[in-house]
Amino acid sequence: MHPLLTQEVDKKLLLLGNEAIVRGAMEAGVAFATTYPGTPASEIGDNFFRIAAESELYFEYSINEKVALEAAAGAAVSGVRAMCSMKHVGLNVAADPLMTLAYVGVRGGMVIVTADDPAIFSSQNEQDNRMYARLSNLPMLEPASAQEAKEMTEAAFGISEALELPVLLRTTTRLSHCRSIVTTGPLESSKTRGAFEKESSRFVPVPANARVRHRVLISQGEKARNMACRSPFNTVTGTGRWGIGTSGIAYNYVVDAIKDLGIKDRVKIFKLGFTYPFPEKPAAEFIGSVDKILVVEELEPFLQDNLKVTAQTIGIVIPIAGKDPELFSRLYEFDPGMVREVIARFFQLDYTPPRPVDIKEDTEAVQVPMRPPNLCAGCPHRATYYAVTSVLRETQTEAVFPTDIGCYTLGFLPPLQAADIFICMGASITLAAGISRVTDKKVIAFIGDSTFFHSGITGLINAVHNRHNFILVILDNGTTAMTGHQPHPGIEITPPGWDKPYISIEAIARGCGVEQISVVNPLNLDKTKAAVKEALESNLLSVIVAKSPCPLYEARMLGKKKKRGFVVGPECNTDCTECIDTFGCPALYKNTAPDAKTTMIINDNVCIGCGVCIQFCKKIRPKKI
Amino acid sequence: MANYRVFLTGVGGQGTLLATTVLAEAAIRAGHNALTSEVHGMAQRGGIVESTVMIGDIKSPIISDGEADALLGFEPVETYRAMRKCRADSVVVSNTDPTIPYGVAIGRGDYPNVEKLFDFIRSRVKQLITLNAHALAKQAGSALTANMVMLGALAGSGVLPVSKEAFEWTIRTKAKEKFVETNLRAFDLGFAAL
Repeated sequence: MHPLLTQEVDKKLLLLGNEAIVRGAMEAGVAFATTYPGTPASEIGDNFFRIAAESELYFEYSINEKVALEAAAGAAVSGVRAMCSMKHVGLNVAADPLMTLAYVGVRGGMVIVTADDPAIFSSQNEQDNRMYARLSNLPMLEPASAQEAKEMTEAAFGISEALELPVLLRTTTRLSHCRSIVTTGPLESSKTRGAFEKESSRFVPVPANARVRHRVLISQGEKARNMACRSPFNTVTGTGRWGIGTSGIAYNYVVDAIKDLGIKDRVKIFKLGFTYPFPEKPAAEFIGSVDKILVVEELEPFLQDNLKVTAQTIGIVIPIAGKDPELFSRLYEFDPGMVREVIARFFQLDYTPPRPVDIKEDTEAVQVPMRPPNLCAGCPHRATYYAVTSVLRETQTEAVFPTDIGCYTLGFLPPLQAADIFICMGASITLAAGISRVTDKKVIAFIGDSTFFHSGITGLINAVHNRHNFILVILDNGTTAMTGHQPHPGIEITPPGWDKPYISIEAIARGCGVEQISVVNPLNLDKTKAAVKEALESNLLSVIVAKSPCPLYEARMLGKKKKRGFVVGPECNTDCTECIDTFGCPALYKNTAPDAKTTMIINDNVCIGCGVCIQFCKKIRPKKI
Repeated sequence: MANYRVFLTGVGGQGTLLATTVLAEAAIRAGHNALTSEVHGMAQRGGIVESTVMIGDIKSPIISDGEADALLGFEPVETYRAMRKCRADSVVVSNTDPTIPYGVAIGRGDYPNVEKLFDFIRSRVKQLITLNAHALAKQAGSALTANMVMLGALAGSGVLPVSKEAFEWTIRTKAKEKFVETNLRAFDLGFAAL
């Protein structure tokens, strides 16, 4: 049984924030869950996926976040409790339905999880999605611990039903990926069947109806504000004339800092969990009870601005500060030491920070080598990039490479350097359209299989229809690799019990009107290069589907096969290092051993035997068995 | 009781995240509060994997510079790189077996002399414990148990208020059945490696 399905109540589990969200949803009787995977939200969907296999829960990896949100909304307007989870930038994709779903509302509880990524661990930006609550006028909860993540998720379903509005649950990387003790509550049995009760004046927001619904949303917003004002998730603790306002993971840094600084009896903490609509009443009481306020929140001055507005409304003028060159930055994430130091400075306390060991003081002046992430040994993306860059070298062709979001983004690193621009999911194809239209260089765009399904298809239709001329390489490794090998509609190696139809990328491209399509196995270098040459010579928009499964996924699903090993022959004794200068497989490296007989050497533990290197270097050959 | 902050660092694939969870569960078994933080996603593709375990009355899941009580380094250069987390009274446990970064493998940059790295660390912290976790793991029966060797060494250092029994109980409960004995052997070899 899945550990999050335990019936035991008051059981203490060590859970990731994301797992706690899943447990909270199960305790609320969620019946319908959707996601598109993305760090740091992925484990929410992955746990639902496994839970759905042994419970009444319906779960799907939707094709993108917009689809995920709309599907969940469909269940929720039919009276069924639904959850939709995504990373912060996913909510940009789903912003269109979000804004109008707020107008029509829901009947069954609906919770939308947005997992933000301050410090940009695995994203392309660090936008603060609390702004979406304000933009959409939807209630928002911000947990500060795994336990709270569970409690707030459960409560969010109730809030959603009381207001007939979807509720945003906002986490950050540190909350989603911290693990702490969570106490279980009873599991609620879920209502899996609903009914769509027609109400066109509400659910059909043509202008006349939308105007009415906007009014409804604003008035529900005031009810939500009253709920926030009375919410047990917004608390003032402590005594004294110094105030600190905080929410989310930063609350923990504040509590630890106040203890460390020994100022517990001098500080009041206003901890916000129900952060939108802003709870003005308790905020006003808090402002009226202190002499100055430090706001401790990551990224944008969301609480700070709201506290200032409240102070102005009640006519109190006290210092309310947070985002300030002397205090906190709007960049990156906070840490406990930083928060302790700023609190000490703001309240003018004596404080000496600990003195970290500084390797710059090492008189040996050791150069520490970097360790950037890299495409794995045997990764078919490397083979595709190699084929493309080799053909360009051989034909002395210069090209621009718009790329997309996935493991293959790492193709920007040397020696491949096959990535010149990326913006967001699907933008490789559409950027290629614009770049190819106004420049003279060849444009070769790269997109992964899951990303193509996510938001590549519309761009491809647009490109065909508007006669844009570029090469699109679809890097099809048969899984959503970067986020942990989630399935998508085009997978051929399927999880146990998978009964969903296969949708062919090649057939989609043909359906989009692409006439020149080749499907190649990138591990076959000659055929891949031939396809690239053909595409370069053509005057048509061409698509190359480079299709070979992610070796990590293949090994996990089908078991590790012992592939054939390769060795470098004794004739590799010149100063030729072309393999690492152009291909860059982590299994191939310079032989620096004192008794080295060959220039290069293959690390047997890293090599998975893809056999691409032997196709471009005759000095490498299969091991004799 | 006192609080303890443990910083773990290594390279993707070394099993640092499993070690993180086992350490936290063992601390809970020993009657303490524990919390961890981890980093997933792009960072893991052959890159550095950092995580933390807090034991005691601590709410913050991450460790600021100079605030780790113990540092568990699964790779010598990564131990050195993470020294900013330590201060003069920290205890460092490090694997001696290098994982060569790709840039070094292709001749861009050199892998530093490990003994010199350790000399510097020794001069700056209370205690440095080094062991070849890879060799001990092989001795235990599987190179994949280097993470348990490292946990064993941390337990053996006596820095943390977590008994050997609590670790052993956790390994028995959390590891897959067929790997329990190998993992326990690896843990023991690490424990005795001081």
